[in-house]
Amino acid sequence: MDFLRPASWEEALAAKAEHPTAVPIAGGTDVMVEINFDHRRPEYLLDLTRIGDLYEWETGEDTVRLGASVPYTRIMEHLRAELPGLALASHTVASPQIRNRGGVGGNLGTASPAGDAHPALLAAGAEVEAESAARGTRLIPIDAFYTGVKRNALQPDELIRAVHIEKADGPQQYSKVGTRNAMVIAVCAFGLALHPATRTVRTGIGSAAPTPVRARAAEEFLNAALEEGGFWDNRKIITPSVAKRFAELCSGACNPIDDVRGTASYRRHAVGVMARRTLTWTWESYRGARRATEGAA
Amino acid sequence: MPANGAPTKITQGSRSRGGIGESTLRPDGTLKVTGEFAYSSDMWHEDMLWGQILRSTVAHAEIVSIDTSEALALPGVYAVMTYDDLPTEVRNYGLEIQDTPVLAHGKVRHHGEPVAIVAADHPETARRAAAKIKVEYRELPVVTDEASATAPDAVLVHEDRDDHHAGHVPHPNIVHRQPIVRGDVASARGRADVIVEGEYTFGMQDQAFLGPESGLAVPEEDGGVHLYIATQWLHSDLRQMAPVLGLPEDKVRMTLAGVGGAFGGREDLSMQIHACLLALRTGKPVKIVYNRFESFFGHVHRHPAKLYYEHGATRDGKLTHMKCRIVLDGGAYASASPAVVGNASSLSVGPYVVDDVDIEAIALYTNNPPCGAMRGFGAVQACFAYEAQMDKLARELGMDPVEFRQLNAMEQGTLMPTGQPVDSPAPVAELLRRVKAMPLPPERQWESSEGADVRQLPGGLSNTTHGEGVVRGVGYAVGIKNVGFSEGFDDYSTARVRMEVVAGEPVATVHTAMAEVGQGGVTVHAQIARTELGVAQVTIHPADTKVGSAGSTSASRQTYVTGGAVKNACELVREQVLEIGRRRFGSYHPAWATAELLLEGGKVVTDGGEVLADLVDVLGDEAVEVEREWRHRPTEAFDLRTGQGNGHVQYSFAAHRAVVEVDTELGLVKVVELACAQDVGKALNPLSVVGQIQGGTTQGLGVAVMEEIIVDPKTAKVRNPSFTDYLIPTILDTPTIPVDVLELADDHAPYGLRGIGEAPTLSSTPAVLAAIRNATGLELDRTPVRPEHLTGTA
Amino acid sequence: MRVNFTVNGRPQEADDVWEGESLLYVLRERLGLPGSKNACEQGECGSCTVRLDGVPVCSCLVAAGQAEGREVVTVEGLADHARQRSRGGSRGVPLDEAKAWQAGGPGSRTGEEAELSTVQQAFIDAGAVQCGFCTPGLLVAADEMLEHNPDPSDADIREALSGNLCRCTGYEKIMDAVRLAAARQSGEV
Repeated sequence: MDFLRPASWEEALAAKAEHPTAVPIAGGTDVMVEINFDHRRPEYLLDLTRIGDLYEWETGEDTVRLGASVPYTRIMEHLRAELPGLALASHTVASPQIRNRGGVGGNLGTASPAGDAHPALLAAGAEVEAESAARGTRLIPIDAFYTGVKRNALQPDELIRAVHIEKADGPQQYSKVGTRNAMVIAVCAFGLALHPATRTVRTGIGSAAPTPVRARAAEEFLNAALEEGGFWDNRKIITPSVAKRFAELCSGACNPIDDVRGTASYRRHAVGVMARRTLTWTWESYRGARRATEGAA
Repeated sequence: MPANGAPTKITQGSRSRGGIGESTLRPDGTLKVTGEFAYSSDMWHEDMLWGQILRSTVAHAEIVSIDTSEALALPGVYAVMTYDDLPTEVRNYGLEIQDTPVLAHGKVRHHGEPVAIVAADHPETARRAAAKIKVEYRELPVVTDEASATAPDAVLVHEDRDDHHAGHVPHPNIVHRQPIVRGDVASARGRADVIVEGEYTFGMQDQAFLGPESGLAVPEEDGGVHLYIATQWLHSDLRQMAPVLGLPEDKVRMTLAGVGGAFGGREDLSMQIHACLLALRTGKPVKIVYNRFESFFGHVHRHPAKLYYEHGATRDGKLTHMKCRIVLDGGAYASASPAVVGNASSLSVGPYVVDDVDIEAIALYTNNPPCGAMRGFGAVQACFAYEAQMDKLARELGMDPVEFRQLNAMEQGTLMPTGQPVDSPAPVAELLRRVKAMPLPPERQWESSEGADVRQLPGGLSNTTHGEGVVRGVGYAVGIKNVGFSEGFDDYSTARVRMEVVAGEPVATVHTAMAEVGQGGVTVHAQIARTELGVAQVTIHPADTKVGSAGSTSASRQTYVTGGAVKNACELVREQVLEIGRRRFGSYHPAWATAELLLEGGKVVTDGGEVLADLVDVLGDEAVEVEREWRHRPTEAFDLRTGQGNGHVQYSFAAHRAVVEVDTELGLVKVVELACAQDVGKALNPLSVVGQIQGGTTQGLGVAVMEEIIVDPKTAKVRNPSFTDYLIPTILDTPTIPVDVLELADDHAPYGLRGIGEAPTLSSTPAVLAAIRNATGLELDRTPVRPEHLTGTA
Repeated sequence: MRVNFTVNGRPQEADDVWEGESLLYVLRERLGLPGSKNACEQGECGSCTVRLDGVPVCSCLVAAGQAEGREVVTVEGLADHARQRSRGGSRGVPLDEAKAWQAGGPGSRTGEEAELSTVQQAFIDAGAVQCGFCTPGLLVAADEMLEHNPDPSDADIREALSGNLCRCTGYEKIMDAVRLAAARQSGEV
């Protein structure tokens, strides 16, 4: 095994071009587990922790360009207003120690369906900034990024530099079910974002299909129902039947498996419950009556 | 050179009297908070090698061939050993039945069984070498439950059994069977106004001690070996190891290294023999440290169980009879299964008066992971079932569940189903009264001025509810556990106590082979020495095999038995010290001959408080040393047909009240409070006692709502051997645990104390389950209860 | 490969490091600092928690090479770290002295003479130590929390320590210890 320590982004890209099998390592929270347990012996480890840019973020007019290695702790602490869904998701990641090391780039690189960031990114809307020495930068829409179980749209010579995430233009929520009250991998997770500017709702589902997915039929149903009832303008309480149908459609978007963490049937059920609750929380917030249901921690 | 981190003695002084009954602090506390306490995985030796074990990838198979040539050829590899390299004809070990191969011989019987061992200069070299060993398996069908294991044509896990249980079991895949019959169940059943039945399932729990199995074996010049090891019982390890190594016991030296928790998981051998074999083969020190993945294969687990119960009661709430059948899965090797059967059967009634019983407990041989000792074994599984039955009966009768239990509670003098009278306090009704009388935690404790604090709600940080779907429930349970080794076992301990003047101060040194696994035995030994010998300074000698056996740190027995041995040795030392005093100073004061004399505050004093002499002057240059074995009163085997016999030494009782909040839509549980009342006889160290009760309670909570090793029923392979998927409670899952300690002396025990470590693990689980049933109205006949069981999506 | 970094204020150098080794392994097996514990090696227990450039991390998940040039504080340096924090300064140690330095064996220390940080002493006094295997990681995590949250609520303590498993205590005495340390640090007791 070789340990490559590029001092700059350009050096990292060159190293990745020269050694396409090199495994990038930043927070180490996925890679080191595999090495410690002898599940993986990469020929090269490509250490990205020396590249300061990856730990920075820029807040633009419409998006936040979030460096791939910005630790979850920093997202929780500094980006609650701009990226509320991702900030909530970050708070559910593993433990304080892991949140201090891990970042969104690792979640995207591993592309596990259980990665905590994915549903929040899907719901908010995002593009992954990938770069290679040979072809330069490209932006991959988040909807096209996840291509299979632990597979993504990256080419072997590409690295993730940043994620461009749409700044929240409305309330966002995130829920994750685990069988422990902290430090737990998702049995399933759900992210929801209201986008009043475009009068749309977007969703993200984790751990309930081979990849993170959006519940598109549910979104379309809800978008239509909200439009039809004039909800965006009259800010009425969402009709229970609408919320129920939305939840059912979110359950229907799942394609889960039975595993040691939970049954497929439970995952479908739980995604429905989370969909209904997060819709209620975000909508109440949109209506300005959020306080009673605000989550705090 | 000695191994780095080898334990040396720890001396602890005390500014207060520091005797029994005080919450004196741990003598090893400072070392443990500075990182200097040497655990078994911290041992280091110049020039040491690293051992690695190759384990079976299948559960049940014939080994067609093993090719180690590529592994041996790897640079940095010093030895590769398989069954064929074992030095003697003794190639099996076991706590009671020697059925466990040191390395697999022609066959593997469970997933993760050791097949070959490697020593190399770096752990990675050892891992690479192990990966290069080619093992060809021919897979065999697996037996994984009672039906498959006891079918007439079942594959036998052990073909040619000749152990002492083989003759009385109904099937060769049953390790041991213990029936207990008492009274006349048929006629008692006729008196019952209500009868409830239940079929309960208890999942496979892991001890999940944090310090992985590890140790360092150092070859010695005389051809022997010195093993620094984390274990629960040095002498039991030694007895099993020496014959396999082909060495007399005096050439296998054992020193206890720091132990990172045990809970039963270190009763059996893990890497002990492997490290010694490699050290003897290579002539170099060999260290083996399991990682967490391997640890799940490296020790036995709590027996999963199926429990079939029938209880009857009269309309006025008196129990009429009980029938039960308890099927414990012992996995591929016997380990402690026979004792687990004994406990499960003899404690299956619980702390209740039931005169007419028909009980059967069996442990199976299967191809599942071997199961053996874990905190409260046998009694834990039974308590889960009989307490569920008590709630069912109370509901059927329209009675309060606590009052119903109190109405049937045993007390001192009650006969156990084995016919043994309970001859010390059994405050079962009182413990229930106390735990019920504690104030209940406030409702909706998660509400704050800023909204719902998700950390205090089901789901915690995962933000699943802000109060929606959350229902509170309260449940109660009480249990009974035996203390000490039972069924006629010669359960003794040895203590060596020395008293001398060091630097102008009298100092007592206590030397035992007791395994300090965190329970605080070292604290208590120092306290006993201070109480009995009136000294401030006590030195605790490292535990090793240079002194006689202390027995196991298990079965809630160490404070009772090794504590008893230390007390006994101290009393003998005191007599000799007084004898010296009489010889030297007797002529100066008549009280030397006439009064009852004590050692207090470094002085010899009369029972009237008069000081006769300083211990420093009495002892002068002399040292007094005594080594004694000490035994509690003997027990008897249970009759193999009727289960009758005075099988147990002492009983221990605890009661719990659980308050839970359940998110009924998502099936997530937050335990809000878990109150415990326990009779401890005498709290030698109240701080440690409460710590034990809270720790035991939390392990019970774990198996109520999250902890389970999941074994694939088709392949018998373990599916979640990691801390990612075998979950134990975090600090956010664990509630406040108020503890009410009752001290009713047992006159048969030293200081009246009662073994306390296990009882709180029994009743905690059924109390949580009862609270969840109370919140949800669901039946819930298995533990752990998972979200899918609470939402109809299993 | 060779790795140079600072541990508890002293420069350290480790040679012949295998590229897959963790910071935890280097601390324990190469630098004679076994205080950080190897309970799970998968970031699920917190027993190996150290401060890396001031931030609590699981040292089992830091590749040794990633520690190059960084500053690490382990449980062995916690008392010093706390002392320096209270003085508001830092100090270095000459390289030769650092190389000669290693963790002492358990020896025959009584404990009463050792200088401990507030949180270390509180863990002893509150009975928060049983087997002690989780203790080093908990101490590093608790000390760091109290550094920036000197008056934590119970829920704050639980959240901050939710990455540190303990199997012995049921956490109640750990809660007591952190409350005690907070009170002592603020001069309340």
